[in-house]
Amino acid sequence: MIPANFDYSAPSTLDEALSLLQEHGDEAKILAGGHSLIPMMKLRFASPAHLIDINNIPDLSSIKEEGDSFHLGAMTRESDVEHSEALTGAFPIFADVTKLIADPQVRNMGTIGGNLAHGDAANDHPAVMMALNASVEITGPEGTRTVGIDEFFFGFYMTAVQPNEILTGISIPKQRGKVGSAYHKAERKVGDYATAGVAVQIATDADGKCTYAGIGLTNVNAVPMRAKRSEEALVGSDLSDELIAQAAMMASEDCNPSADLRGDEEYKRHLVKVITKRMIHKAIQRAK
Amino acid sequence: MTMKKITVKLNGAEHSAEVEPRLLLVHLIRENLNATGTHIGCDTSNCGACTILLNGKSVKSCTVLAVQADGKEITTVEGLATAEGLHPLQEGFKENHGLHCGFCTPGMMLRAVELLENNPNPTEEEIRWGISGNLCRCTGYNNIVKAIQYAGAKIRGDELPSTEPEFV
Repeated sequence: MIPANFDYSAPSTLDEALSLLQEHGDEAKILAGGHSLIPMMKLRFASPAHLIDINNIPDLSSIKEEGDSFHLGAMTRESDVEHSEALTGAFPIFADVTKLIADPQVRNMGTIGGNLAHGDAANDHPAVMMALNASVEITGPEGTRTVGIDEFFFGFYMTAVQPNEILTGISIPKQRGKVGSAYHKAERKVGDYATAGVAVQIATDADGKCTYAGIGLTNVNAVPMRAKRSEEALVGSDLSDELIAQAAMMASEDCNPSADLRGDEEYKRHLVKVITKRMIHKAIQRAK
Repeated sequence: MTMKKITVKLNGAEHSAEVEPRLLLVHLIRENLNATGTHIGCDTSNCGACTILLNGKSVKSCTVLAVQADGKEITTVEGLATAEGLHPLQEGFKENHGLHCGFCTPGMMLRAVELLENNPNPTEEEIRWGISGNLCRCTGYNNIVKAIQYAGAKIRGDELPSTEPEFV
């Protein structure tokens, strides 16, 4: 399968990439890892007239701890995330999620920014970023703006990134207290999209009271979804087993899965309930 | 549509080519540079038959554009053996019956090169996760895992494991 014809530029600076975007408007697509875009182009689901390859721009790929947060450059590869001891040490959820994203070769190309900018509720990082309450940095001709993860996803393949903008980074706040995180997805085989996936981050104070709960759901809603009611049930509580089971039930009630080859609606709701409960417990066990 | 001039180093030898931006890297390797050891299986980045090393990282060359390889080094199965003989992975696959039809083998070996570079002494589970992006429809994987364990031992200079084939 061969993509339709297109023109190709590989700028070496962000400014150059932005001016190419200005020039070509929505005729252009940004090429990051390419492992969502190139398959779509090969299937002719996408036929951009111009590809702007941002792989040669230095500085877009980095993992930095900056005071109260971690900063990830948009072009940080999944394999770099997977092997960053600093990041997976602070947020074990990244070790969970990267292992379940596609396979090692795809993770050598795929980027964390691309995973979000693709705007697909079946991708795994959207739910993770919701659990972590991340914010996304978007750079355009006017400079860089920051968008909270809850204001980032608009619809199927639609995000806050405008045609003249590029997602350039992700910022992840460190929660106070004892913090733990976990992710799991049920998948039919390596490389498949999630039948259902759940990302959880929990923080507690010295008395064991929950001070923060973030729960994101993968592929059980048209857009990446936060299990808000479940989070609210947990915050302020002592995280009893009974309450955790209730929070998991709420997530399974609030999501909107569609039946497909991976399972019917009832099955997916059941998965959400089971995985949410397990991931909350795992996040609490990991809290430090 | 503008043609692009690119230069790549394939198994140590420099090549230049004038290509359409839409040309896939696997087609550049097989058709322009005539190195047909790299196979095209699924053409959808599932099977891993087209796995090559791009600047030392294993990637699926059916899902990379040739223009993305400009200025980079490519290693394919043709680049594994040296004048001294087979690469430890080639020897491992040979000694352990790590292949039947051989279609997945080049991709499997190139993937294993990077796996062993990152982790010279992987557990069986780490090997199985490590080759989870490569499909084999013949062997049932057991002898491939043994081949990679054999190559790891050879590279480390450890005693070589038994090469009794496993029939399953």
